[in-house]
Amino acid sequence: MNPVDWFNSLSDWITSTVFFSVSVGGATLPIIVVWLVMAGLFFTVWLGFMQVRGPKLAINLVRGIYSKPDDAGEVTHFQALATAVSGTVGLGNIAGVAVAISLGGPGATFWMILAGLLGMATKMAECMLGVKYRHEHEDGSVSGGPMYYLKDGLAERGMGGLGKVLAVIFAVCMVGGAVGGGNMFQSNQATVQIINVTGGDDGFLAGAPWVVGLIFAALVGAVIIGGIKSIAKVTEKIVPFMAVLYLSACLIVIFANLGSLPSAIGQIFSGAFSPEGVAGGAIGALIIGFQRAAFSNEAGLGSASVAHSAVKTKEPATEGFVAMLEPFIDTVVICTMTALTIIITGAWNDPDAPEISGVSLTSRSFETVLPWFPTVLAIAVVLFAFSTMISWSYYGMKATGYLFGDSPVAENGFKVVFLIFTVIGSAAALGPVINFSDSMIFLMSIPNIIGLYLLAQVIRKEIHGYFERVQSGEVVPVNQQA
Amino acid sequence: MDTIIVGVDASDASTRAVEFAVDRAKHNHWQVVLVHVIPWSPFSFQTPEENATRHAAKEKELAAATEHIMKPAAELAEQGGVPHEEYVHHGRPSDTVLDLARNHQAVHIIIGRTGDSGLRAVFGSVASRLVQSSDVPVTVVP
Repeated sequence: MNPVDWFNSLSDWITSTVFFSVSVGGATLPIIVVWLVMAGLFFTVWLGFMQVRGPKLAINLVRGIYSKPDDAGEVTHFQALATAVSGTVGLGNIAGVAVAISLGGPGATFWMILAGLLGMATKMAECMLGVKYRHEHEDGSVSGGPMYYLKDGLAERGMGGLGKVLAVIFAVCMVGGAVGGGNMFQSNQATVQIINVTGGDDGFLAGAPWVVGLIFAALVGAVIIGGIKSIAKVTEKIVPFMAVLYLSACLIVIFANLGSLPSAIGQIFSGAFSPEGVAGGAIGALIIGFQRAAFSNEAGLGSASVAHSAVKTKEPATEGFVAMLEPFIDTVVICTMTALTIIITGAWNDPDAPEISGVSLTSRSFETVLPWFPTVLAIAVVLFAFSTMISWSYYGMKATGYLFGDSPVAENGFKVVFLIFTVIGSAAALGPVINFSDSMIFLMSIPNIIGLYLLAQVIRKEIHGYFERVQSGEVVPVNQQA
Repeated sequence: MDTIIVGVDASDASTRAVEFAVDRAKHNHWQVVLVHVIPWSPFSFQTPEENATRHAAKEKELAAATEHIMKPAAELAEQGGVPHEEYVHHGRPSDTVLDLARNHQAVHIIIGRTGDSGLRAVFGSVASRLVQSSDVPVTVVP
C-alpha cells in the first residue's frame, strides 16, 4: 500500500469515527456536534446564565477599569481578547457561513446564533482554566491551554494519570487541527478567492493555485521561522480595520436591500423550524448551523484558551468573562452579518449555489450591490487567513512543544510541516486531507470537554467567587479604590 | 518642600531640561521627580507570541530604560545636590506624567521640547499635550 492510499484510508477511518452519526428524523446527526452543544448547555446552566449576567462586567474588564497601574506594560484583557479573536475570525466566518446556508438554508443562521450563545459559556470555562493553570517559564514567558489544565488541574483532583493521557491526546489533536482547519482550509479558501478576482477559470492563476500557496507559505514562513515579526505586526494592525470594513460592506448590502430585511429575518426564523428543501428538515438545519458555528468560534475545542492564557491577572475568572465575548463577536455578530448578506441578496437561492458554495457564494452576494467588492473581499480574506494561520501555527507549535519537552528541533520541524501543508491546502480539493484535519479540530473537543466536566467544580468556584466579589463591591474599579 | 516633575527621555533636549530643572530646584528648594515613560497602549494588537513573551519583554524594557536613560538623569540631580526620585513606567507619556504630577501634588512640570522621535522642527507632541492639559505650570526647554 503506498503512503497516499494509506493516508486516505486512515483519513476515512478517522472521519467516520469522529463524525460517527445517528439518524434522527431523516437527518444525520454527528455525535460530536451533540457533544459540543451539550457542553454549551451544561455550562450555561452550571455557571448560571453568565451570557446574560456577565457581559457588562466583561466589557468593563476589556476597557481596563479593573486594571492596576502596576500592570502597565503587561498583556491586557483587551490584547488577549484581540489576539484570540484574530485567530478565530477567519474563513469560518465568511466561507463557513456560506456553506451552512447553501446546505441548511436561512434557518441554519438561527441555530448558528444559538450555538454561538451557548458557546460563550464553554469558552468562558476553558479560558478561565487556561489562565489558572498556565506555566511560567524561567525566561518569564508563559504557556497555557488545555494541555496544562488537563495535566495539572486533574492532578489536583487526584486524577493525574488520566490528566496526562488527555493532555497528550489533546496536544496531538491540536497539532492536527493546526495543520488542517487552522492552515489548509484557510489557504484553500483564500486561494479560491484570489483566483476568482484574477480572472477566474481564465485567469493566469487558474492552473497554478499552488503558486498562491507558495507565496502564502513564504510569508508565513518569514514570520514563524524567519522571525520577521514586522509582517505579523502589520497584519495584526490591519486585520481589525478589515473586520470593520467587512462589517460595513455587509451593512451597505443590507441597507441597499432594506425592504427585504423583514422577509430575510422571517426566513431565518421560519427556516429554523420548518425549512424547505433541506435534508432532514429542522434537525438538518440545526445540525449544519451548530457544526459551522463550532468550526467558526472554536468554543469547546480549547484552542483559544492558549491565546487567552497570556493575560496578566491574578484573577483567572476575569479572563473567563472576557473570553465569553469571543463567540459573541465571532458568531452572533460577524457570522450573522455574513448570513444576512447572503440571504437578503438571494444569492443562496441561485441554482448553482450548492456547487459554488464557500467564499465564492459570499463574494457573489456582495457583488450584487458593490461590484468592486470581491477584490476588497479577496484582500480581507487573505489577511484573515494569514492572521488565523499565524495564530494556529503558534497553537500547533505550543502543542508540539508540550509533546516534546519544548524541544526547539521538534518545534521547528512542526513549522516546516505546517508550511508544506499550506501549499498542499492551496492546491488540494476539499478531499480526504481536509476531512482528516476537520476531524482533528473537532477531536480536540473530546479530551478538552472531558476535562471541563471533571474540573466543573473549580470552574464554578472561580467564576462565581469573582462575580460575587464584584457584585458585593469587594472588587471595585481602580479609580474608585480608597 | 514642593515637588516638580521632570519628563526624561534619550534626547538632548531632555538632558537640558534635567539640567535646567536641577538648577531651578536648587534655588527654590524643590524636590525633583524624574519620570521616563515607555510608550505602550493597553489597546494595541499583538501576535500570540508577543503576548506570551510580554512579561519578559516588559522587564527588559524597564531595565534598559533605567540603565541608559534614568541613571544619567539621576546622576545630574545627584551632582546638583537636590533630592530626587525616579520613575520608569509604561503608558501614554503625557497621561502618565500628568497622573504622576497629580499624585505628587507637583507645583511644576519641566520637559524637553522635542522627544526621541528626532523631528527637530516639530514641537514635541508630548510637550504640547502637557501644555494643553496640565493643571500646573509647564516649562518646555528647547
